[in-house]
Amino acid sequence: MKAQRILALTKKEIKKTVREPPVLFMIFIFPIVFVFAFGASFGGVGAGTPVYNVGVVNMDQGNLENASQTLLTALSGTKIINLHLYSDNQSAQNALSQGSIQAVMIIPVDFSQSFTSYQAAPSNPSSWTNTTISLYLDKGSLTATQAVPPIIQQTLTTIAGQTQQAPSNPFQLQTASLVNVESHSALDFIAPGMFTFASIFLIMMVGQSFANDRENGMMKRIRVTSTTPTEFMASQVVSYMGIALIQAALVFVMTYALGFRPAVGATSYLFAFVLVLVFSLSNVGFGLITATIAKSASAATGLSFLFVLPQLFLGTFVGASLSSGAQVAGKFVPSYYVTDALTSLFLRGASVASLTVLLDLAAVSIS
Amino acid sequence: MNESAIVIQNLGKKYPDVTALDDLSLRVAKGELFGLLGPNGAGKTTTINILCGLLKPTDGTAQICGYDVQKDASEVKELIGVCVQETAIYPYLTGAENVDLFGDLYAVNKVELAKRRENLLSKMGLLEDAKRRAGKYSGGMKKRLSLILALINDPEVAFLDDPTVAMDPQSRHAVWDFLKELKKENKTIILTTHYMEEAEELCDRVGIIDHGKLIAL
Repeated sequence: MKAQRILALTKKEIKKTVREPPVLFMIFIFPIVFVFAFGASFGGVGAGTPVYNVGVVNMDQGNLENASQTLLTALSGTKIINLHLYSDNQSAQNALSQGSIQAVMIIPVDFSQSFTSYQAAPSNPSSWTNTTISLYLDKGSLTATQAVPPIIQQTLTTIAGQTQQAPSNPFQLQTASLVNVESHSALDFIAPGMFTFASIFLIMMVGQSFANDRENGMMKRIRVTSTTPTEFMASQVVSYMGIALIQAALVFVMTYALGFRPAVGATSYLFAFVLVLVFSLSNVGFGLITATIAKSASAATGLSFLFVLPQLFLGTFVGASLSSGAQVAGKFVPSYYVTDALTSLFLRGASVASLTVLLDLAAVSIS
Repeated sequence: MNESAIVIQNLGKKYPDVTALDDLSLRVAKGELFGLLGPNGAGKTTTINILCGLLKPTDGTAQICGYDVQKDASEVKELIGVCVQETAIYPYLTGAENVDLFGDLYAVNKVELAKRRENLLSKMGLLEDAKRRAGKYSGGMKKRLSLILALINDPEVAFLDDPTVAMDPQSRHAVWDFLKELKKENKTIILTTHYMEEAEELCDRVGIIDHGKLIAL
């Protein structure tokens, strides 16, 4: 294997990426425009802290109104939740279905009683009156489904005077998640998927490039030189990994500029880049399959969507708002594992040595 | 006959529905410029593709400078230069970058590559346009660049598949002069062409192929 040949072909691929306007657009400009558009739309530039409109049906019958009122006052105090009071569940559900609010919270009849029981004996769960606060969420709102439950859960914990480490309290919140989102914007939730999203389009670029070279005789021309298939493949891998690295760096710079600031160490960032590089190899493979099947460059463009679309819809930030069936299907596409690992690293605070992240890396590597 | 550069024995290429090449036997001497003439689909390109290792024959054998084109493919590739029928160049690279790329693929050392690049670009009348993107070249210039790419490794045997097709007369004559120079350097050249006049002007011998058979020599 001669480094001279690999280097020459790698330089050629990079020059193509920089000099061919359609390639340059798809590889670099499109992800930047995309990140900017989504970032700005989801509360990045100039948007400040997002506000969620939550409908409240207060059925609390306790003569001590303070408990439910304390909860509502505390929620209003977060400045993230804008409360709308409704007299009955039906009116609130109508408002939810019309999109004027993003969630409905039903405070149960025994809420104050439960609150009082907890205050009387916080360390004696057997004496508590357990109760459930029902929460209905607008499934069309990705940010609301991810942000509202933990905010309410956090507020319940706060008004009960309970610490995060305390074992439990009598208030159960249906659909509540354990993720603390107080310091996260909607952009934080979609950013991991954006890294994945950008790299997926390498499939199309590789497929087009190979099919085009075959169509215009370049593959034939290279095959009659002393270049071995291994050298050729190595050059493709090196060049597209380089492109993926630049792409990931650009997406990171863009998301950072828009406010993406995960509180993780350099190791996590480094690992994220490694993950994207491994994913780019998988995409080169899919691109080659595309080129093998396609008879022309334009056919390769069309065929590449067979690989691009499932990865895009099932494995990036888009997948979070899909049906449970689609989310199960997502587990069959490599992008799902990249997004999951990046989410674990950046949002869930997982370490690079955690089992989830390592399993995700293994899944991407196998693909 | 002088020492043979190319020895073809009973070469055949059969597809399920067509015989592209049928029992071709031929010897080409070192330093000879051999012309392969014939209509479209006669088997000229198939012959060249087999000789340069792009296609596997279904029958027969072929040797280049004593190496079997199938068994010793890597040795053969070191000895040959191929100008494919398509105008195969990278349009987003400059003329010089195209030449350098193929020089690197043949692992020509940098100093030697620079010399050959200047020499070949100059002889083909492309030196002044060497820094322009090849995609901006005229059709004739692209064909001339394509020819340079086939010869950058200074091959012992060159296969030129219709190198002057669709060229303007000026470019064609430039190529002819260049091929005559190569012949003086004792290079063996297999040239396929549709032009009788070209074959008469350049070739030492001419073989006529039709329906995959060598019908005249």
